[in-house]
Amino acid sequence: MNDQIDPTTESALAGLREPAPVGLAHATLVAVGLADDYAVLHSPVGPLRVAWNGRGVSAVEEAPDDGVFEARFYARTGRVARRRDALPADLARKIERRLAGRHNRIDLDLRGSTAFERAVWMKALEIPRGEVRPYGWIAREIGRPKAVRAVGTALGQNPVPLIVPCHRVVRSDGMIGQYSLGGPRNKRRSWPARARIRTSSRRSPGPGSATSGRTRPTSTACRPATTRGV
Amino acid sequence: MAPRAVSGLGGARRVGRNRSTGPGVQSHMMVELDPATDDARLAARLASDLDSSFESLVVAHQDRLFTIAFRTGGDRHDAEELVQDCFVRAYRALATYPPTRIRELRLRGWLTTILLNAGRNRARVKRVPTTELTFEPGAEPAVDPLTRRDERETWARLLAGLTSAQRTAVVLRHVDGMSYAEIAEATGRPEGTVKAHVHRGLAALRTALLAAERREREEIPA
Repeated sequence: MNDQIDPTTESALAGLREPAPVGLAHATLVAVGLADDYAVLHSPVGPLRVAWNGRGVSAVEEAPDDGVFEARFYARTGRVARRRDALPADLARKIERRLAGRHNRIDLDLRGSTAFERAVWMKALEIPRGEVRPYGWIAREIGRPKAVRAVGTALGQNPVPLIVPCHRVVRSDGMIGQYSLGGPRNKRRSWPARARIRTSSRRSPGPGSATSGRTRPTSTACRPATTRGV
Repeated sequence: MAPRAVSGLGGARRVGRNRSTGPGVQSHMMVELDPATDDARLAARLASDLDSSFESLVVAHQDRLFTIAFRTGGDRHDAEELVQDCFVRAYRALATYPPTRIRELRLRGWLTTILLNAGRNRARVKRVPTTELTFEPGAEPAVDPLTRRDERETWARLLAGLTSAQRTAVVLRHVDGMSYAEIAEATGRPEGTVKAHVHRGLAALRTALLAAERREREEIPA
């Protein structure tokens, strides 16, 4: 070129190139939601692996080890998840508060789901802590009263259990129903110890509403009253 | 949210991977040979499937963007954040651009513009920090490490002494190797102004280097 630059200066300046730090590419992909980080969260149902990216929480899963979790995560999302020592402090705090019953905002990355699945999950989010609803309630609430079985399937596909409280949805015959985080036993364990179980077949509980539906306190098994046909 | 796009993302991404392990090796070599051709190909891929090819964009440009951020700003940690910020902005922009616009992007200059703008926004909040001089053993060629290190430190310190406009121009032209036309476009300054900045920057570097050498000679009596 027409620069008046001596070869020494030229090579010295070219020698100032600096490789990007290891991890920058992954961190960037996480930020835009094309890769994920995950860490272990200690929950009422035992250790869970929680994955997140710039769009929100993308997985909550019970997995025996990192390898199994990463393989399942990749199979479901097509994205690479990398293990971190801990969740970001603010996210950990938010999840803790949510599990304590707060209706705080937690961003979720639900890409890959159907509109029906998201409708089911969002409805489950409206069930207050300490209460349960039957599958049929969700089906009716989202305007698909006959899709009770599909509601059950959708809840089984919930990628972020506990955060989206599918454990608060039970069978209408009073049985506890299946649970993706380690079966029915854990479903019960994820309820607060002295939960006042409340079931409603008609109305959606408004935020903070304590008046909808019938109330049946129970101190033993968190089993809802039968609501079929009510 | 673009729900159904995701299951597509899984498949497309895997395809993207295969692609980058095959011709990707070749394209890495192409970076040295002809960055413009390589960028044009990358732009075409970004236009047809952003999510599956964005990683290639990051891999292809992260070193040069990090170099520019580090050598113009001076702090390693800030540079890392700035580059990430730059890529996030780029991704968000690409997600809204129609394919025809993406295909026509000159990625090198476009990304540099985003980086410099992001840097300017940050500098408003935080003053330009002092130069942090680091030595990465892994990144060094196999010459006497002490000599190399001293030399790099010296040049980094000299660069830090330039005015911001001169430093940016010199780094883009002689560390990164952009053309004057590219720099003019990326910085939004006339080509003549950029040339003047580089010219004066180099002259200032030469003067400062001579002064440093003179000081060194005076400190070590023969």
